[in-house]
Amino acid sequence: MAENIDENAPTVIADNVDIVYRVNGTGAGKGSATAALNRIMRRKQTEKASGVRKVHAVKKVSFVAYKGEAIGLIGTNGSGKSTLLKAVAGLLPVESGAIYTDGQPSLLGVNAALMGDLTGERNVYLGGLAMGMSREQIKERYQEIVDFSGINEKGDFITLPMRTYSSGMGARLRFSIAAAKDHDVLLIDEALATGDRSFQKRSEQRIRELRKHAGTVFLVSHNNKSIRDTCDRVLWLERGELRMDGPTEDVLKEYEAFTGDKTTTKPKAKPKPKVAV
Amino acid sequence: MSQVLHTPPPTDAAPPAPPAGDLAALAARHGLSVSGARPTLPEYIRQLWARRHFITAFSTAKLTAQYSQAKLGQIWQVMNPLLNAAVYFLIFGVLLGTKKGVPDYVPFLVTGVFIWTFTQSSILAGTRAISGNLGLVRALHFPRAALPISFCLQQLQQLLFSMCALVVILLCFGVPVAASWVLAVPALVLQFVFNAGVSMVMARLGAKTPDIAQLMPFVLRTWMYVSGVMWSIEHLASKHNDWPSWVVPVLQANPAAIYIDLMRFALIDSFHSSQLPAHVWLIATGWALLAGVGGFIYFWKAEETYGRG
Repeated sequence: MAENIDENAPTVIADNVDIVYRVNGTGAGKGSATAALNRIMRRKQTEKASGVRKVHAVKKVSFVAYKGEAIGLIGTNGSGKSTLLKAVAGLLPVESGAIYTDGQPSLLGVNAALMGDLTGERNVYLGGLAMGMSREQIKERYQEIVDFSGINEKGDFITLPMRTYSSGMGARLRFSIAAAKDHDVLLIDEALATGDRSFQKRSEQRIRELRKHAGTVFLVSHNNKSIRDTCDRVLWLERGELRMDGPTEDVLKEYEAFTGDKTTTKPKAKPKPKVAV
Repeated sequence: MSQVLHTPPPTDAAPPAPPAGDLAALAARHGLSVSGARPTLPEYIRQLWARRHFITAFSTAKLTAQYSQAKLGQIWQVMNPLLNAAVYFLIFGVLLGTKKGVPDYVPFLVTGVFIWTFTQSSILAGTRAISGNLGLVRALHFPRAALPISFCLQQLQQLLFSMCALVVILLCFGVPVAASWVLAVPALVLQFVFNAGVSMVMARLGAKTPDIAQLMPFVLRTWMYVSGVMWSIEHLASKHNDWPSWVVPVLQANPAAIYIDLMRFALIDSFHSSQLPAHVWLIATGWALLAGVGGFIYFWKAEETYGRG
């Protein structure tokens, strides 16, 4: 709800943010040993000739996010959504401008900390510890996490190594672990697209709960429906520029008109057809 | 297709954002901090301490995951060092006959190999600690020093398994249990601090220049051969009377040789303190402090750059 936002509590402030990627080894398009040698020999050259290319991913973006907001980030592929999210999390440097945050924003995702060779149970602990929870906190929430993931609905899977899980099961457990912690600022990158319909419903519910715990949620998704269901404000990025910032309905209407316009030249922009539930 | 739509007028239903220049002031007023800035050293140490459970859990998990697909499972933890020692014994003890003049050659050799392996694998793991875990570094927030330290801890746990095998070997070869075995504990602690320090240095170098990982095996092998892992530096020197007088003290003062000889002194009764360089504990502590403190600060200085670009 945009009305009851506490004006006094901004959680994320982006001030004229520019983000530039530098990609190594694009030289003259050659990845051969001689090309690499050449690069080293002729150090003092323009960035272009020395094989470094710049990609200007986010251009002059400013916004203020407040406590209790759920903000959707939309835009076509490659428009800079995920990049902006990583910068908010402090995992990518900004070229100019600054991002200020209240507390530590965290990307929803513990995948990298988990190990397929370990059981789901041990991964719950490992993931929790990686996010900075204490052992006691994890112990307290353990049952909740397992129940939420629904891993044990079809038998005792939590004591099996994670590599034996189906991709859907793995994704559910990962979301459950990541969502177990109350984050000051939670950043979600298309996490809702995984899992079956009933799990998606539950994750949306959980995101609403996380919001109630006074955090701010950012959600990147191509699924306009899940944006509608969870967000009350939307930022629309296009080619790295902030094109629109406003209430979900207003922005989505414009966005749908924009993408609808594009689908005539693109083969099917909509994701896979929905199978009857 | 690339028809550019005019940007729709900004809607003002959302809280009106103050003009760009005021955003920094707004952030300051509410005590917001710049995202991704490097914490101060005391704050960094505090954060690292807060993640100690993650460090131990991560290293144990890595250790367990290592053999989880093998049929013999965790038995490999002990089998691996034993087989390693057997190979070295075959080559250096039987084929090359290096053992001439060294009493208790097998315990001497095996101790050397195990202690050296601890340092070697810690440094190798440290080199890849950041560059090999970019996924983790790019997804989660934690003091990055947790990674190299965690990998060293994994190697320490591995070494403790090896030490169990070593005790069996020592007893089999008639080395008596002695009070001096207790000295193995401080020696290991010092070596661990040294390893962790060097790993952090290598982790920073490896994060910036991944090519270093290709080079390290050669550096480490050279280091191994000059550290008297398979032979006694003292014995070698007595055979080469033409060596300048500074060679032996320098070889003996290198950290790997120091930690290996300390462990031999602690465990093997025929290895006398006269074979140790003077002030050996002082040198061992010095190396540990130099590498540990220096490495930690060096690593922290680049904290905000890991996993970027």
